[in-house]
Amino acid sequence: MEGDIAQFGQFIGAGLAAIGSGLSAIGVGSVAANYLSGALRNPSAAASQTATLFIGLAFAEALGIFSFLVALLLMFAV
Amino acid sequence: MATETITAEEALAVHGAEAAGPGMPQLDVSSFPNQIFWLLVTLGVIYFVLSRFALPRIGAVLAERAGTITNDIAAAEELRHRAREAEGAYDKALADARVEANRIVAETKAQIQADLDVEMEKADAQIAAKTAESQAAIDEIRESSARNVSEVARDVAREIVAAFGADADVTKVDAAVDAKLGERA
Amino acid sequence: MATETVALVEGEEPGGLVFHPFDQFEIKPLFGEIGDPVSWYTITNATFWMALAALSVILLLVVGTRGRAVIPSRVQSAAELIYGFVYKMVEDVTGKEGLKYFPWIMTLFLFILFSNYLGLLPLAFTPTSHIAVTAVLALGVFIAVTVIGFVKNGMAFLGLFWMKEAPLFLRPVIAIIEVISYFVRPVSHSIRLAGNLVAGHAMIKVFAGFAAIAAISPLSIVAITAIYGLEVLVAGIQAYVFTILTCIYLKDALHPSH
Repeated sequence: MEGDIAQFGQFIGAGLAAIGSGLSAIGVGSVAANYLSGALRNPSAAASQTATLFIGLAFAEALGIFSFLVALLLMFAV
Repeated sequence: MATETITAEEALAVHGAEAAGPGMPQLDVSSFPNQIFWLLVTLGVIYFVLSRFALPRIGAVLAERAGTITNDIAAAEELRHRAREAEGAYDKALADARVEANRIVAETKAQIQADLDVEMEKADAQIAAKTAESQAAIDEIRESSARNVSEVARDVAREIVAAFGADADVTKVDAAVDAKLGERA
Repeated sequence: MATETVALVEGEEPGGLVFHPFDQFEIKPLFGEIGDPVSWYTITNATFWMALAALSVILLLVVGTRGRAVIPSRVQSAAELIYGFVYKMVEDVTGKEGLKYFPWIMTLFLFILFSNYLGLLPLAFTPTSHIAVTAVLALGVFIAVTVIGFVKNGMAFLGLFWMKEAPLFLRPVIAIIEVISYFVRPVSHSIRLAGNLVAGHAMIKVFAGFAAIAAISPLSIVAITAIYGLEVLVAGIQAYVFTILTCIYLKDALHPSH
C-alpha cells in the first residue's frame, strides 16, 4: 500500500516535472522568434549573431532538459 | 509475508539486470572508473593524433593553398600588367602605322597630282595644237568652198548669159557675179 | 509490493507495452558474460564506441588528408571545413591568445561530435549520454580554465567576480552570485550535453515502445522519424554549444576584465 502511494507520488512528480520541459519550449520559441524579428529588421547583422542564437537556444533548452531529466529520474531511477 | 519475500526474490532473480541496480545506468557508480579511464585514453589518442599529425598537416595545406592563391593572384596581376603594356605597344604601333599610311597616301596623292598636271598640260597643248590645225583646215576648206562658190556662180552666169544668146564680156560677167556675191556675203 | 512486482513482470510479457528506455545506456563488457563485474580496465561497449569515435576522427582528419592536396578531395574538404570552423570559433571568441589551446578544443569538439553522431546509429551506444563522461569533460574544462586564469592573470583573475561597473554596495552580492554561477558552470555544462542526448534517445525508445500497439504504431513510427531528425540536429548543436561554451570560459580566463 505504501508502495502504491510512493509510486503515485513518483508518477505525479514526473508529470509535474514534464511541465517544465514543455515550458522551456516557450523559452526556445521566444529566443528564436526574437532572433528572427531582429534578423529581419537588420539582416546584415544576423549572420554575426547565429552563435549567440545557438547559445541562447542551448541555455533555454537545457533548463527544459533538466526538468525532463527530473521526470525521467522519478519514473525510472527512484 | 515470508512467501511474498520469496516471490519478490524470485522476481528479482528473473529480471536481475533490470531490477538489481538503479534504473538509470548513468547513475551506476560502479561503471564510472571504467568510463573515465577509457574516456581519458580516447581523448589522449585523439589529442595525440590531432596535435601530432592532423592539425599541422591541415594547417600546412591551408597555408599552402593561401600561398598558392596569393601567388596566383600576383602572377595574374603581373600578366595583366604585361597584357596592358602589350596593348599599349600595339596601340602605339597602330597609331604609327596609321600616320605612316597617311603620309604615304598624301605623298602618292601629291605625286599623282603632279603627274596628272603634267599630263594635263601636255594634253592641253596637244588639244590646242590640234584645234589650231583644225581651225586652219576649216578656214582653208571655207576659203576653197567660197572660191568654188564664186567659180560655180561665174560659170552659171556665163552659161545663162550664153543661153540668152548674148555674147557677153567674160570679165564683166565675172565682175558682176563677184559684186553680187560680195553683197550677199 | 512483491506481488505487484510479479504482476508487473507478467504484464511485461510480449504483446503489452514494454518500456525499457534506459537499456540502451547500459555499460556491458564486450567480451565474457553479461553479468560480469565492470572494473576500470574492462573493455566494454563504451570502450568500443569511444574507440570508434577516435577511429573516425583518425579516418577523417589523418587518412582523409594524406593527399595534402592543394585542390582537396571530398574527405579532405570536409576535414578542412571542420578545422576552419573550430579554428574560426576559437579565434573569434578567445582572440589570438586562445589559439594555443586550439588542439584541445578541437579534441573536445571532435570527440563529442563523433560520439553523438555514432550514437545515432541503430543499436549504438552513446558515450556522451553518460554523466560520468560529460562530467569529466566539463570538469576538465573547468579546472583547466581556472588554472589558466590564475597562471595568466594571477590574483587579477578574481576581478572576474568583482563587477567594477556595479554600484559599490551591490558588488559583494553580485560577487557571491558570480562565484556560485562560476561553480555551477561545470554542472550545467555536463548535464546539458548528457541530458540532451539521454532525453532524445529515451524519447525514441519510448515511442518505439508505443509501436507495440497496432493502432498507433504508424503514428509512433512517424514520431520516431521526426525525433530522429531532431536528434541529428541536436547532436551537432550540442557539440557546437559545448565547444563554444568552452571557448567562452577560456576567454573569461584569458581576459577576466570583461
